[in-house]
Amino acid sequence: MLRINGLTKQFGGLRVLDEVSFQVPEGIIYGLIGPNGAGKTTLFNLITGILKSNTGTVHLGDELLTGLPPHRVTQAGIGRTFQNIRIFREMTLLENVMVGMHDHLRYGLAGTLLALPSHRREEKRGRERARELLSWLSLDTKATIEAGSLSYGEQRKLELARALATEPKVLLIDEPAAGMNPAETEELMGEITCISRRGYTILLIEHDMRLVMGLCQRIAVLNFGVLIAEGAPAEIRCNPEVVEAYLGKDV
Amino acid sequence: MTDDLQVFWATYNTLVYTVGVHAMLALSIYLTLSCGLLSLGNAAFMGIGAYTAALATLRLGLPFGEALALGGLLPGLVALVIGIPTLRLSGVYLAMATLGFGEVVRVVFLNLEITGGSMGLNGIPMKTQLWHIVAILVVLVYGFVRLRRSKIGRAFEAIKEDETAAKAMGINTTSYKLLAFVLGAIIAGVAGGLNAHFTFFVSPREYGFDPAVDILTGAIFGGTGSFVGPMVGSAILAILPELLRFLKAFRLAVNGLILILVVIYLPNGIWDRKLFARLRRKGSA
Ligand SMILES: Nc1ncnc2c1ncn2[C@@H]1O[C@H](COP(=O)(O)OP(=O)(O)O)[C@@H](O)[C@H]1O
Ligand SMILES: [Mg+2]
Repeated sequence: MLRINGLTKQFGGLRVLDEVSFQVPEGIIYGLIGPNGAGKTTLFNLITGILKSNTGTVHLGDELLTGLPPHRVTQAGIGRTFQNIRIFREMTLLENVMVGMHDHLRYGLAGTLLALPSHRREEKRGRERARELLSWLSLDTKATIEAGSLSYGEQRKLELARALATEPKVLLIDEPAAGMNPAETEELMGEITCISRRGYTILLIEHDMRLVMGLCQRIAVLNFGVLIAEGAPAEIRCNPEVVEAYLGKDV
Repeated sequence: MTDDLQVFWATYNTLVYTVGVHAMLALSIYLTLSCGLLSLGNAAFMGIGAYTAALATLRLGLPFGEALALGGLLPGLVALVIGIPTLRLSGVYLAMATLGFGEVVRVVFLNLEITGGSMGLNGIPMKTQLWHIVAILVVLVYGFVRLRRSKIGRAFEAIKEDETAAKAMGINTTSYKLLAFVLGAIIAGVAGGLNAHFTFFVSPREYGFDPAVDILTGAIFGGTGSFVGPMVGSAILAILPELLRFLKAFRLAVNGLILILVVIYLPNGIWDRKLFARLRRKGSA
């Protein structure tokens, strides 16, 4: 489904990603792990077109994503969340999610200004869909409050709902459990599993090993920009190179 | 009663017209601000609209409606052309580029023969009626209300809050910024056309640096949280000098002092919904 081929990224002289290649098969939760600074977020930024790679390509199905501007990558079917939460703080939760639907609401400037039926119909459909997506993450009771007033964990979930609103074929999630307490993390795991069961393909960056090992069917390990291992969780757990990269950590 | 009204109208009709035109300019700058763009080209677009509409009346003898339409169209086209390179800039760099554009426009007016050089254009017939201004304002306000509850309004706000996140939502941020810029220019141009047809003349001085800053000042004074704030702010700034007339020489100083106090104590402007909500809660508690 998502094919990453020979991606290299340099910042000045610093090589942050080095010829990274792997494939995310359709329908699974694919884990991307590695120590801090390994280049995981940079890889997301390359896939989504926020950064340009030096070499290498990204394909979604048969479509080449490399070179597309970020909004086109989203329209092609890549949804994402950000490690450093980027919700629209001054909008309500509902509005946040409806921004994600931008490209799927079928009306234009004329429809809006002339109050054409298309505007009302599509807005109604959008609102209902947005409430549904919020309910997937147990946020529907807060639909009309301002997003900035949410707790840290809730803001991360709102980002997920908003990313789902773009109708992604592949959902990129960057450290969703960061800053969450164990109970919240537990709840989040359940919600991500549910999302996956609904047919979304997920590429997940996560530090919490318990979460990664529990959720992912396949895992890729990055260390200093190099892909050092790729495979099923059981293989990853006993790979000596991985154990060394996570020295002292209980993998 | 009607006599009083007539006296009032005779004294203040220019002021009422001016308040109306400034309200349009306030909407024009709000449109770009609501998209996170600090554009100060509104006065120049207003100038292009004023000259275009005035020339359409004086030289071509076009009916007022068509003159106004041209007065909106030309600034819109100019905005489209200069927007593509300049809207890449952000924050204060865009402000500088648009101010620079304003200077270029002023110098062009000053040196072209058709615009009458430093003398400008005189003897423009009085065609603007109060109801023209009111009708256009009503249509604009309706449009802004509609826009706010649409994917376009949400796209503007998303771009203002976080452009990277907006792109990740599938929004073509470049097109939407250009849309806000062009629509803002059209509104300013129409305001210019209306203005030219009740002040009887246009000159380069009216559309230079000072009015560009005044438009922004009014918007910030009123508050940029919603489109109402800039309209209220610009209206007050137009009326304030009249109210302070009794202060004579100190007038401008007091005017400035009020501005400073508002910026310090009401950083979100005087039309601040959250402040209103807080006050209401306090009042009922
Ligand atoms: N825009 C940038 N400019 C320069 N260096 C960057 C930039 N973004 C990331 N880096 C560097 O790239 C490396 C990888 O960062 P990142 O992808 O955020 O790692 P991870 O998400 O795996 O923790 C780090 O050393 C970081 O400092
Ligand atoms: Mg990271």
